[in-house]
Amino acid sequence: MNSARQPALLDLRGIAKSFPGVHALSDVDFTLHKGEVHALLGENGAGKSTLIKVLTGIHRRDAGTMHLEGQPIDLHDPADAQRLGIGTVYQEVNLLPNLTVAENIYLGRQPTRLGFVDRRRMARDARALLAGYGLDIDVNAALGDFSVAVQQLVAIARAADLSARILILDEPTASLDAQEVATMFAMVRQLKAQGLGIVFVTHFLDQVYEIANRITVLRNGRLVGSHATADLPRLDLVRLMLGKELAEIESADHAHGPGRGGLCASFRDFGKRRYLAPFDLDIHEGEVIGIAGLLGSGRTETAKLIFGIERADRGEVLVDGASARLAAPRDAIALGFGFCPEDRKTEGIVGELSVRENIILALQARRGWIKPIPAAEQKRIAEEFVRRLDIRTTDIEKPIELLSGGNQQKALLARWLATNPRILILDEPTRGIDVGAHAEIIRLIRELCGRGMSLLVISSELDEITVYSDRVVVLADRRHVGELRAAEISPRSIMAAIAGTDAPVAQQERPA
Amino acid sequence: MNRRHLPLLVTILVFVLVYALCAAQYPKMLSFRVVGNLLTDNAFLGIAAVGMTFVIISGGIDLSVGAVIAFTTVFLAVALDSWGLAPGLAFPLIVAIALLFGAGMGAVIHYLKTPPFIVTLAGMFLARGACFLLTTDSVPVTHPLYGTLTGFYFRLPGGGRLSLIALVMLGVVTLGILLLHYTRFGARVYALGGNAQAARMMGIRAGRTTILVYALSAGLSAIAGIVFSLYTSAGYSLAAVGVELDTIAAVVIGGTLLSGGQGFVLGTFAGVLIQGLIQTYITFDGTLSSWWTKIVVGLLLFAFILLHRILVYLSARRAAGIAAGGAAGVREQPA
Repeated sequence: MNSARQPALLDLRGIAKSFPGVHALSDVDFTLHKGEVHALLGENGAGKSTLIKVLTGIHRRDAGTMHLEGQPIDLHDPADAQRLGIGTVYQEVNLLPNLTVAENIYLGRQPTRLGFVDRRRMARDARALLAGYGLDIDVNAALGDFSVAVQQLVAIARAADLSARILILDEPTASLDAQEVATMFAMVRQLKAQGLGIVFVTHFLDQVYEIANRITVLRNGRLVGSHATADLPRLDLVRLMLGKELAEIESADHAHGPGRGGLCASFRDFGKRRYLAPFDLDIHEGEVIGIAGLLGSGRTETAKLIFGIERADRGEVLVDGASARLAAPRDAIALGFGFCPEDRKTEGIVGELSVRENIILALQARRGWIKPIPAAEQKRIAEEFVRRLDIRTTDIEKPIELLSGGNQQKALLARWLATNPRILILDEPTRGIDVGAHAEIIRLIRELCGRGMSLLVISSELDEITVYSDRVVVLADRRHVGELRAAEISPRSIMAAIAGTDAPVAQQERPA
Repeated sequence: MNRRHLPLLVTILVFVLVYALCAAQYPKMLSFRVVGNLLTDNAFLGIAAVGMTFVIISGGIDLSVGAVIAFTTVFLAVALDSWGLAPGLAFPLIVAIALLFGAGMGAVIHYLKTPPFIVTLAGMFLARGACFLLTTDSVPVTHPLYGTLTGFYFRLPGGGRLSLIALVMLGVVTLGILLLHYTRFGARVYALGGNAQAARMMGIRAGRTTILVYALSAGLSAIAGIVFSLYTSAGYSLAAVGVELDTIAAVVIGGTLLSGGQGFVLGTFAGVLIQGLIQTYITFDGTLSSWWTKIVVGLLLFAFILLHRILVYLSARRAAGIAAGGAAGVREQPA
């Protein structure tokens, strides 16, 4: 891209950062040139956000060197980064909705005359600055009056105006629609042409291929590759991100579950603007449907729509052939759906309550609080599940937070099993639990569907999904991009579907 | 006209409306005499309310206002009469003491991360208690300067008088408007009240701004105390009880959002005058209990809180509408 003789705009070598018990980054190199858009990619826990925080001075590196245009630099706090010309725009707009657009752009450096802010000049400057990006808005209106997209553009304009050397965009497009992304990219291209180095973090692969010159992939805190975008086909990129060698992928075995039963629920054109593109999905009795995709591709979003946590704004649900209402988790529970969320700490278990109380919770909620489950009955149910799922606890009255992660996960599973759901959604059921518990949960999944329960399992572990799924729905860029059946299912075919290599790459449609 | 100014507009409209209603029933209320008295009688309230406006916009609250006013009156009475201090010395001294007091409260709020409600509640007890240390009696101020100052006024047509303390209030309001809307400090106050976290990430020093805001409020309370002392010519430790609540009411009626981030000094001024008008109306009527002021102010407060909620709701809907339709600005983008 750039003349190689000139020192890189930013050069990081051997960056390491640890937190108690975790090596968040080890030996990471990263080079950014002027006039380059450099995508920084990786799955959960890859170290992207730690690297960004080292770059913006929020974290201090433990080891390694940082050079800005050949000069060694050392960042102590975000103000240092700003002084050196490193500006950041975060996913959540970090501006002030109650101030005007002009005030937001110039806060802290307003033009003054005789000690008073020259509001007219400030507005004029702001208008000129935004006009430079083709943005014509009322700069004297409160920022909060504008859409998130416009707010993001203003944030970028501020950061670029303030720093003008390096711009870090940390998932700025997460909640924008296609047209808004196009507008933002026009702005990014312009800044790139002005010679800024831009670090772009995103989960949308389409966007990476649209705008990035270079891609750096991190995994588990390590650098796994840095390539020119043109030299890195999508499939290779997905492979780098997920960390699978093609050879080992072929070997993963797939075993089919029992045959399908009758149709249990079907979703037609079901979706929500800015959240998830509409999809069709049929769920049969006794079927395990794997939901695969990269982080942020819309997996959890699918689960939340199906369970009514997010309310769909289009499409319909048919349960047993009849149209059903699905506006809240309450409706979903009434229809016989269950959902074990991914983040069990914040969305699942109630730490201070006992194992028994946690198991009983959903069942009790379904019965209504007026009809308490008799104590003896509660004890019987809890003990039964503790035995059946082999939950290791000394006592069913023990606070659940004292149990290990795997056992908490099983107790959470027990909560939904106690309601005897027809369809159970498991979001990353094996995350953060040890290998033994892992195998047990997979065994349970098989056993459950054997008894006619339908399961939707979201997982990042492709091997795992391959093992238990009868069907795999593949997501990318907040869209259902493919569905694989029985014999087609393999980690390789899933990755190909994620990368979209069997579909035209130029597809641009995003959740509309 | 900006949509942000709508609450201000409503307040001014209410003021005009209330005045028109009063004047319709008692045409004599439409005179410079009444206007002059309105300004004089509410001077101390207006000054303190300007400080409160800054505090509330910054996302805080200051409950020590009334106590600081009382302490100021007691301090002046004792300092001028018992200690024989010159007013030229006593006035700046009490303002300085108050500034330090306010800065201290601001520092506690920021550094100990304590809710302003609690800190200024403690400040209220402290200041009120300190009055009793000086004297428990109501002490008349006999200093000759008081007579001179209170005797000073501009003559308005129709026998009205624009007194010195009314002028002081008008001056404070003007300076408050300039400070809030035309200085970097003012923008920092809005920023802090809008979203403290974002403000910090944008390089605002939250600690300094918080300390300055509470110092400003306490300083203005001391000036309000001086004005109150001139107005009543006495120092009394139980004076100005509950004035902090009157100022909060004036600020809210003036269109300032209690949760911070939005508001206007001019609105606060109108809020003070509305309260004064109701009081004047009751005086004119002669048969109504003065407690009706409280009832009307209470109703007005409810109305304004409702108005704010409606505006917030409409604004959210509008933002969503823009999002749905695509922002006008974005649409005009060349590809």
